[in-house]
Amino acid sequence: MAMTLTEKILARAAGKDRVNPNDNIWVNVDVLMTHDVCGPGTIGIFKKNFGGDAAKVWDREKVVIIPDHYIFTKDAMANRNVDVLRQFVKEQNLPYYYDVGTDRYKGVCHIALPEEGHTRPGEVLLGTDSHTCTAGAFGEFATGIGNTDAGFVMGTGKTWLKVPPTMRFIFHGELPPYLMAKDLILAVIGDIGVDGATYRAMEFDGDGVYALNIEERMTLCNMVIEAGGKNGVIAPDQITLDYVNQRNKSKKPYTVFKSDPDAKYIFEKVYDVTKLEPVIAKPHSPDNRAFVSEIKGTKLDRAYIGSCTGGKLTDFRAAAKLLKGKEVRIDTFVVPATTEVARGLETEQIEGQSLKEIFLAAGAKIGDASCAACLGGPADTFGRLNNALKCISTTNRNFPGRMGHKEAQVFLASPLTVAASALTGEISDPRDLLA
Amino acid sequence: MQKVIRGRAFVLGDNIDTDQIIPAQYLTYNPAIPEEYRMFGKYALAGVPAPQMGLPKGHIPFHTRDEFVSDYQIIVAGKNFGCGSSREHAPVALAAAGIQVIVAEFYARIFYRNCINGAYVMPLETSQRLVDEIVTGDELTIDLEKEILTNHKTNDQWKISGLGEVAEIFEAGGIFNYARQKGMFAG
Repeated sequence: MAMTLTEKILARAAGKDRVNPNDNIWVNVDVLMTHDVCGPGTIGIFKKNFGGDAAKVWDREKVVIIPDHYIFTKDAMANRNVDVLRQFVKEQNLPYYYDVGTDRYKGVCHIALPEEGHTRPGEVLLGTDSHTCTAGAFGEFATGIGNTDAGFVMGTGKTWLKVPPTMRFIFHGELPPYLMAKDLILAVIGDIGVDGATYRAMEFDGDGVYALNIEERMTLCNMVIEAGGKNGVIAPDQITLDYVNQRNKSKKPYTVFKSDPDAKYIFEKVYDVTKLEPVIAKPHSPDNRAFVSEIKGTKLDRAYIGSCTGGKLTDFRAAAKLLKGKEVRIDTFVVPATTEVARGLETEQIEGQSLKEIFLAAGAKIGDASCAACLGGPADTFGRLNNALKCISTTNRNFPGRMGHKEAQVFLASPLTVAASALTGEISDPRDLLA
Repeated sequence: MQKVIRGRAFVLGDNIDTDQIIPAQYLTYNPAIPEEYRMFGKYALAGVPAPQMGLPKGHIPFHTRDEFVSDYQIIVAGKNFGCGSSREHAPVALAAAGIQVIVAEFYARIFYRNCINGAYVMPLETSQRLVDEIVTGDELTIDLEKEILTNHKTNDQWKISGLGEVAEIFEAGGIFNYARQKGMFAG
């Protein structure tokens, strides 16, 4: 019987020859990731249930702890939470901890995980963050869980999952220079809605997907949760394997799975990417889709480029291309997802000027690598919307209050559209600037 | 587990995401520490825009008598309740505020799982658009065995869906107790 990519990964993790959609199965977890917001609660639940201070994690090599949410803040409670992580790592002698204030500090966990070689095809990755689904771009099953689930995994290395039926989205054609993966995923979410993939896997396929670099594929998988999806996944190709092999320092073996040609999908939709226009999600929902051309001219107060969704080097390269030699007309915040991306801003150049120089010359403010204002956070968070501002952002969610103020209005768009809009102070179509 | 739950309804709309249930600035509290747990009750629903607070009228405060505990025990909501982030602080916040049951059309996956695994608050489903029928403040009774919701204000009754195959986990008091009962681990 044919299986989808997601079914094959879960069958392996369950030690079974096959699984079917809606089966409840117990799986072995390959990597458990937590961070400063959910780590302390997870650790509390883990200790309570596995013998207090004598509790030991099930496998030191499989627990990864990445503080990233509330890092550059004076908030004492937030700083305390990082101390809780630090203490736990010391007690458990965990090798994979990326501590604040050290050379190992990374920033946003979903980008740090692949950079540090914690993402491998065929594995099961669980994280206490809904955007854990990002790692599906590496051909693995990756999904977000709560503290209780994570505490359970921490002690046992296992969890139960319901096998999701798979929806397949096929992209054909080469992306035009004015479009990015962000436009594709916003188009998909607009089509199926913020609940359109609830309890389902979303598999991306087609030559349009395989023409994308690995960071763009991560953007596609990153936002499946915005459609309610359990996981997003892309079968590995040579681009995936080259990236993984370069980063997989532990040389841990992995398994490459692909969907069978006759695998069954619960839904299928085909897109011709050459016919798509730049897409935007209006306030206050990621599925409140419009074409940028339809709301062009809407006045803005702020532009924000950052997060696991839109703070990778590819995102900044695209934004810098438009901002080079020009000045922004509204407050523009640039936040690299990780310290590696931040270094890239200094080393990567366009016609002899580094991306960092381009952003600074354009009048943008550059922050330190972290989740920053994507989810609001403490009041002193860099770029946070502390007033009822209108902001265009490369981030992932625009429900009320997501970036801070309840009455703020957030428009979600690609780094190209955000950069174009920063230059004019109103929602602008990147096609008008790339012409 | 209680088989009949009576309480006052607080009515919300569709797509109430976890940032509205507990805004990100309050996630610095650690729910595993009892003194901090109660803070989640204080800030539960702090992110819901005022016009959406307590439908159909809106602008209804969730707490009046006690800053940590709500005047309401049952939330009635529309589609996709609990969408957004994976933060378990969301069901924790509702439970800390004294909410025992949510009746929504359906839930986002991680939120639902968190409700059950921690046995915080019972996520029940309805195929009816109850947010158009029930008014914030109405006194409701939920009979879990008969799967019937009664509105004492109007005497209307509706069929609701129970927890189905995960009821056992909730009744056990969450996934850890359930796993112990099933002999899955000794802890």
